[in-house]
Amino acid sequence: MIASENGKDEVRVLRGRCVVPGVAEGEALVTRDAISGWGGIDSRTGTIVETRHELRGVSFAGKVLVFPGAKGSSGWSNAFHLTRSLGVAPAAMLFNQMSTKLALGAVVTRSPSMTAFDQDPLAEIETGDWVRVDADRGLVEIRKRRATV
Amino acid sequence: MRLTDDEQAMLDGRDGPAVQRAMDLLLRYGRALGAERLVETNNVVASISATTPFMRDYARQRGGMDGVFSEFSLDSDDVVPIPRVRAFTTHVQLGFDPGNAALMGVDEQTVRFYQQGEAYITGLGVQATNTCTPYQVGNIPTRGEHCAWMESSAVIYCNSVIGARTNTEGRESVGAAMLTGRIPYWGYHLDENRRGTHHIQLAVPVESTADWGLLGYWIGEQVQDRVPVVEGIGKLPNLARLKHFGASASSSGGVEMYHLVGVTPEAPSVAQAFGGNYPVAQLRYGERERRDAWEKLNHTGRDTQVDYVMLGCPHYTIEQIWEAARLLEGRKVHADCELWIFTPRAIKSLADRNGYTRIIEDAGGHLLTDSCSAMSRAAPKGTRVVALDSAKQAHYLPAILGVQAWFGDLAECIDAACTGRWNGGLS
Repeated sequence: MIASENGKDEVRVLRGRCVVPGVAEGEALVTRDAISGWGGIDSRTGTIVETRHELRGVSFAGKVLVFPGAKGSSGWSNAFHLTRSLGVAPAAMLFNQMSTKLALGAVVTRSPSMTAFDQDPLAEIETGDWVRVDADRGLVEIRKRRATV
Repeated sequence: MRLTDDEQAMLDGRDGPAVQRAMDLLLRYGRALGAERLVETNNVVASISATTPFMRDYARQRGGMDGVFSEFSLDSDDVVPIPRVRAFTTHVQLGFDPGNAALMGVDEQTVRFYQQGEAYITGLGVQATNTCTPYQVGNIPTRGEHCAWMESSAVIYCNSVIGARTNTEGRESVGAAMLTGRIPYWGYHLDENRRGTHHIQLAVPVESTADWGLLGYWIGEQVQDRVPVVEGIGKLPNLARLKHFGASASSSGGVEMYHLVGVTPEAPSVAQAFGGNYPVAQLRYGERERRDAWEKLNHTGRDTQVDYVMLGCPHYTIEQIWEAARLLEGRKVHADCELWIFTPRAIKSLADRNGYTRIIEDAGGHLLTDSCSAMSRAAPKGTRVVALDSAKQAHYLPAILGVQAWFGDLAECIDAACTGRWNGGLS
């Protein structure tokens, strides 16, 4: 769905299911690689450290993290929990593949989170887009980067 | 989510603030999953310990171990007194071996803090088994039993080999489970999610422990987190082989459940393993696939001079320690190499009595407990090249320690320890 605001900014809307309630917005960080928690991120900086990950060296702190799902160790939730303790958690999380690692990790990170979208967020959202996540209402608003430049 | 009267009473605070926080977390977690209800469990595998400097400082500033438990095991906003646990709970591996802290480069202050923490943990009624292989040391659930386990290699063993039921839980959900005796009824607790999705036909013999690790590593890459059904097994695998197979498949792909036709309890036949599912893929494991797995596991190996040999991932069985001791007896670990073998503390006490620890130590090796190099990030000083008989460890260690890794079988690893050279290869 494409809406128009002030006749200029193009706003796309995705609908999905609330995983963690709340409202947040920020710049999107999108990856097609699943994310490992323990051994895959540095909880002190919110940086992806997994070798061969396309976002290796990139921090998700304060970003709307858009990714396919979680993989790896059962330490996933604790690794993301620590990012909240240390102030480098993602602003929000949008993902496709539900799992216990991700559900628990999102809950304890306490970032508004959503899944089960009507359109694929990996296709609709690009890194740098401005994204508003209203998990309470099941809405994601995407302002394309090119419209704001 | 639907709660029973008992669960609602816990949520309303009948059993005190910690149980209230636990039930609140289970509710938030269950809703996130889309679960409809909770299920009773009396079998939890958990991490509670605080072995990092961050956790130590957190405890000092925020209410001691109750503060650590409230935050990192219950996701509670405030510090609440933690009562004794309700469900039988065994502890997973730690960030170091308290009995070999100096060898692992851990300072005394951290060891003292850990010891206080261990007294706290056992005081709650949690078993200080400190292993990734709870099923070796007194935690063997019954087939069909609902469990709440952490540790991916234990989860896959629990579901597949034992036929008990667990998802891959995390530190907070098992914290809530041990206080309430509940976990969300979702995923592998339900019959329909335990059925096979992919059919794997073996076209080469899979017999040794190394063979099973290679097969697991390849299957994990193929099926990711789905449920493989493996057909064509010749020689019956023992505990060590299935332990290695599951750890490999859960590392390369995140497999939490598999079926070996004619071997594992929910797969007396191919049809029963699939339970009416139509296989989404038919795959063949032959010589080329085996070589592919071996090459992936050895892709960081370049230098043949080996500084460190680590065995015991997942933690060694007494049978594996016996095998290692037989291969080591009368030999010496090379002056430029170190050998560390990891096992649960309960099995080490048996190895001590059996004389295996002495054989390993006489050769210049060490038998450690409670941890491993991936968990502790500890290796002998100056290690550049590691030899391993574990596909899981070969998967993780190059990223965690920045080392080169060689993967091979036990005999190749013992040979590397005694010669300081890697002479292994795909047989």
